[in-house]
Amino acid sequence: MIAITKAIRFCASHRYWCPEWSEEENRARFGKCVNIHGHNYRLEVTLCGEPDPVTGMIIDLKQVKNTLCDEVIERFDHQYLNEAIPHFRQHVPTTENLVAYLHEQLRDAFPGTRLSRIRLWEDIDLYAEWEADEPC
Amino acid sequence: MLSITRRYTFAAAHQLAHPDWDPGRNAAVYGRCANPHGHGHNYLLFVTVTGERDARTGMLVDLAAMDRVVGERVLSRLDHRFLNLEIGRFRTTVPTSEALCHFVWDELCVALAPARLVRILLYETENNCFEYRGD
Repeated sequence: MIAITKAIRFCASHRYWCPEWSEEENRARFGKCVNIHGHNYRLEVTLCGEPDPVTGMIIDLKQVKNTLCDEVIERFDHQYLNEAIPHFRQHVPTTENLVAYLHEQLRDAFPGTRLSRIRLWEDIDLYAEWEADEPC
Repeated sequence: MLSITRRYTFAAAHQLAHPDWDPGRNAAVYGRCANPHGHGHNYLLFVTVTGERDARTGMLVDLAAMDRVVGERVLSRLDHRFLNLEIGRFRTTVPTSEALCHFVWDELCVALAPARLVRILLYETENNCFEYRGD
C-alpha cells in the first residue's frame, strides 16, 4: 500500500459567531475570531492504494487536482465561508468543522483509493486533521 | 479521528554528555554534541490534541487554554535556557530531543485535560525530527 498526498491552497474569510448568542457571549467565547477575518489555507489530502501495474499510479494526480479544484477551490477560494457555503450558515466555520465538512465532501471522490487523511492548515501555527481509524 | 495541532517555538541550549561519564567517553558517544558549554537549537514543537467537538462552537479544544498551559509548563521553562542546568531532570539525564519529548509529554498530558494529548513532534533542526505518542 502506498500513500500519496496532494496539497492545494485557498484564501477565504470567516467569522466565529453563534446567531442565537448575544454579542457579549460570542466575544467571550470566540475572542477576536468574531470579527470577519481570513486565512491562507493549505489543504493536504492523503490517499492510499496499490499502484496500477501498468501505469504505476494509485490514481491520476490530474484527476485529484481537478476534483479538488471543483469541490474546494471553486467553492472556497476568495469566499466568505459563513455565507458562501450553506452548511456554514448553521455551523461555525472553525478549522475542525471545515475538516469534518471536507471529509464528508471528499470521502467518495477518489474511486479506487482510500481516503486516509485530510489536514487543513489555517496558518503556519495551526492545523486540524481527520485521520482514518485504519492506518494506510 | 479529528485532531488539532498547534505549532510552538522555543530556543534553548543543551550539551549531550552523561554526568557520570568522563569527557572522552562522552565525546566518543555524542561527538560534537558533547562539546563543553553546550550548543543551541531553534526548536519547533507540534502538539496534537483531540477531544469532543462541541456541537455549537465547532471546537475540539479550548485553544486559548491550551496555549496558556503550553506557555506556562513548557515554553517559559525551556525558552532561552541551558537545559542541562535549568531543568531538574536533565541534571541527571541527558537532554536529547527524545528525552525532551518525554519531558513535554509529562508536563502536558494531564494539564491539557479535558483535551487528550495525542502526539508530540519536536524538530531540533529542519533535518532532525522526534515524535512521541505516549506509548
